[in-house]
Amino acid sequence: MIPQTFEYTAPQTLEEALGLIAGGDRKILAGGMSLIPLMKLRLATPGEVVDLGRVSGLNGISENGGVVSIGAMTTHHAIETSRVTRAHCPLLAETAGHIGDVQVRNVGTLGGAVAHADPAADYPAALLALEAQIKLISAQATRSVAASDFFLDAFTTALEPGEIVLEVEVPAEDQSEGYSYEKVPHPASGFAVVGIAARIKKDGNRIAMARIGVTGMGAHAFRALAAEKVLENGGSVADAAATVGDGETPNSDLYASADYRLHLARVHAARALATAISRAS
Amino acid sequence: MATTISKPATLVGKGIRRQEDPRLITGTAVYVDDIKMPGMHHAAIVRSPHAAARIAGINTEAALAHPGVVAVFTGADVKNLGAVPCASSLPGLRVPHHHLLAQDRVYYTGHPVAVVVATDRYVAADAASLVEVQYDPQPAVADPEKALAAGAPAVHPQWPDNTSFTFHQEGGDTGQAFRDAEIVVKQRITSQRLIPTSIETRGVVAEWRPGEKSLTMFTSTQIPHLVRTLVAGILGMPENHLRVITPEVGGGFGSKLNVYAEEALMCYIAKEIGKPVKWVESRRENFQATIHGRGHVDYYELAAKRDGTMLGLKLKLIQDLGAYHQLLTPAIPTLSVLMMPGLYKFKSISADIIGVFTNCVPTDAYRGAGRPEATHGIERMVDILAAELHMDPAEIRFKNFVGKDEFPYATTTGLFYDSGNYALPLQNAMAQVDYAGLRQEQATARAAGKLMGIGLSTYGEICAIGPSAAMPAGGWESATVKIEPSGKVTVMTGASPHGQGEETTFAQIVADELGVDIDDVMVVHGDTAVVQYGIGTFGSRGTAVGGAALFYALQELKAKIKKFGAMLLGSDNVSLVGGSCVDDATGKSVSFAEMAVAAYHAKTLPPNTQPGLVATYFWEPPNFTFPFGAHIVVTDVDRETGRISIRRYVAVDDCGKIINPLLVAGQVHGGVAQGLGQALWEEAVYDEQGQLITGELTDYALPKASFMPLIESSHTETPSPVNPLGVKGVGEAGTIGCSPAVVNSVVDALSPLGVRHIDMPLTPQKIWKLIVQSGGLS
Repeated sequence: MIPQTFEYTAPQTLEEALGLIAGGDRKILAGGMSLIPLMKLRLATPGEVVDLGRVSGLNGISENGGVVSIGAMTTHHAIETSRVTRAHCPLLAETAGHIGDVQVRNVGTLGGAVAHADPAADYPAALLALEAQIKLISAQATRSVAASDFFLDAFTTALEPGEIVLEVEVPAEDQSEGYSYEKVPHPASGFAVVGIAARIKKDGNRIAMARIGVTGMGAHAFRALAAEKVLENGGSVADAAATVGDGETPNSDLYASADYRLHLARVHAARALATAISRAS
Repeated sequence: MATTISKPATLVGKGIRRQEDPRLITGTAVYVDDIKMPGMHHAAIVRSPHAAARIAGINTEAALAHPGVVAVFTGADVKNLGAVPCASSLPGLRVPHHHLLAQDRVYYTGHPVAVVVATDRYVAADAASLVEVQYDPQPAVADPEKALAAGAPAVHPQWPDNTSFTFHQEGGDTGQAFRDAEIVVKQRITSQRLIPTSIETRGVVAEWRPGEKSLTMFTSTQIPHLVRTLVAGILGMPENHLRVITPEVGGGFGSKLNVYAEEALMCYIAKEIGKPVKWVESRRENFQATIHGRGHVDYYELAAKRDGTMLGLKLKLIQDLGAYHQLLTPAIPTLSVLMMPGLYKFKSISADIIGVFTNCVPTDAYRGAGRPEATHGIERMVDILAAELHMDPAEIRFKNFVGKDEFPYATTTGLFYDSGNYALPLQNAMAQVDYAGLRQEQATARAAGKLMGIGLSTYGEICAIGPSAAMPAGGWESATVKIEPSGKVTVMTGASPHGQGEETTFAQIVADELGVDIDDVMVVHGDTAVVQYGIGTFGSRGTAVGGAALFYALQELKAKIKKFGAMLLGSDNVSLVGGSCVDDATGKSVSFAEMAVAAYHAKTLPPNTQPGLVATYFWEPPNFTFPFGAHIVVTDVDRETGRISIRRYVAVDDCGKIINPLLVAGQVHGGVAQGLGQALWEEAVYDEQGQLITGELTDYALPKASFMPLIESSHTETPSPVNPLGVKGVGEAGTIGCSPAVVNSVVDALSPLGVRHIDMPLTPQKIWKLIVQSGGLS
């Protein structure tokens, strides 16, 4: 549990940080709840670590014109408890409350989690269901990538060398929407064996919109598009849930084999949808 | 000087808070890793990544060339030192020579191969990865039943059958019992390998003082004196030149009831380099190289009459030993055999143990050490029998309990149960949960398609370990009590408490016996240069044996201070009352402090009396003690996911007289937590190649506080006649009573689906598969 020797830099400004990140064998420390354990186990052995913890302007939550902007260095705890997220994207606040434990939530950040892209991380399910945009910045440019184009593979994202996550933009949820994040936490790691983020908009008794993000099931989180369609076409929750994971190759490990994981995803999709429907007005 | 007199209230029996806690809670306690010495070096251990391999060569040049590295030691350096000791002896036991570092082969993943010593902990860790070991991997076997199969890889090439020993024990006539039987039930029952996982891992600091030719070793252990004797033996040095100091210990649970290679290695290295050296185990090392617990595959057969009367029990016990014998490895399953009859009147038992080598880290004592396995076995078998006979599991237990008028009760395994009222805890627990009402509720739930379970276990355990005749190296315990000239009282206990709270319970006993204020009592332990020889804390013996030694030392001291009181009062008829000595005739008294001063100033002395007030007592217990109890667990199983929820956990334990109910509650809670860990979550899993795939806390599911149900704990108090305190021991009760109650409950929940047994841990996936197989999802 002793990391290899590394250089540590803590830039104060974004410009300084982007300059440092532009070259070399550098890892970005954005909370460190994943990176530090990996380094202590020597599974990650970066030569240099750039700590974004002291960079000003990367932290904060605000709502403007129906879009909630969350700075990359905003902690899970802040997202879980902020009045802005609770009012305008309660699905994300609820999801943040399922991450790790209190200590982890007080230190870990949204940008760090998103950039790390653990296949069992909680946020990606919610960000997909919320159709969030991930804003990226490098020394040269900024760009915005839809969550559905951002998570590419296990621990692999659309981030290019020299880029960092600047902020995440979430379209505010409609007040009438229902939402739910249903998670089966691994009893040891607390990571999602499966996690289902659901949003529902009703039009009378009809489901006008369904968004379902699924994490823990495969190499990266995905939208359960077929299930969304079933609901939007008037199908039942059970029929919708039964399509979750179709065409995917579920992860398999000691705790949950592929078939059990697929089953859990479907059971918890049905539960998440039922809760979201009951919360929608 | 008069502050310590008159303390009429008794403290024994009161739930006072632990004297130890302030330093633990405020982070001011001192653990091994807190110890720093001038010039201290740091060691990192190179461990085998293979479960079985020949070592073709070791190149240490790159590591030695690394700046800050002062030495690298390999197997060749320590070849002629003694072996890691095994204290157990069984007829025909095969004991592999357990070198401090691997010689030409490695036998398990994590096997120590080399030690790198550097000026800095980080440098040592960096340099460890520069040691080049050429391994020639060999086939490995990690499963004890596969190791017994023909053609299995040999863990130790000299013993191709992988069998370390076989052991047979018989009592009564099982042949007759099975001929008389009207029903026989059989079941294979496993108790999986567990990782003890103390929060503080092992750690050692060793310092050599060349002028004094003496070594001082700080080590996180449960048995400092035994470590001193045995490590001195490994190193070939006089044991009185080795001082072992055990500072605060952050949990042991049996895993530190041992003598490890690293302890001897650090002593050897400190002497070789002439500098103090520290090694602190990482969590991965702790998982790979500190002993594991359990590791049973048991085949049971139970013979009974159709009215539920149990006649005989047969057991074939396959013990996964791992690659080596640590201190007590082969002895642990023999404890299982001793306790296999449980609380029941068996006329006969027959047991065969097969001790099997595997390419895994050795198993040894883990909280309960053989008794949880035995209790799990018998309590599962009783439930299986009850189910076959369509009897209520409580009724069949009441029918077979040893009666409360039958003590001392001689078991077919050769034990004498000391005292008990086995029906009472079960009656209390049943009343507490409204057992009849629960069964009705269950019938309603079942009719609605719900899976609700009610499980009970009635356990017995063997504690206060133990009489010396039953132990490899003494089963007594020692205590010294000193009344200091100022009247303060110092206790030195040979038991080495490490979280159990004897600094508090022993002070309670002293305060009551001497009539002094509890804050005037200091309990000292864990330093072989200060404390007289002792055995240690394990097997729920700290208070039941160490406390009894303290009690007898106090009686000697009381007799002596009374002599000084009589002298000061000029009377032969005096009594000790509270902290004072009172003249029975006149009512005049002298204080405790006045007597202490008189004993040390020694201006005059009572006849035939030495100055000073010190008494030492080594107490040999005449028997074990046998705590017992009943746990009832109510569970709900989610039909869709297999998830288990514990609705109620009721524990009624009888640990004899209770000295401090608060500490007893803590022991029950901790024990139940570890029992739930085994029942529901924990399992050390090695793959076919002998890699530990639950090698970190991210994979190995230790119970968290948030997983715990409310534990409704209460007690019955049946004093033990074995010791003057009437105590029986409580450190392991929760663990022993827990796992069968949980499994019985879940099997009961699933019984409508035809399920009659499930092996631990009861993971949701396992339960779901059973539900699916039974067609129960539809």
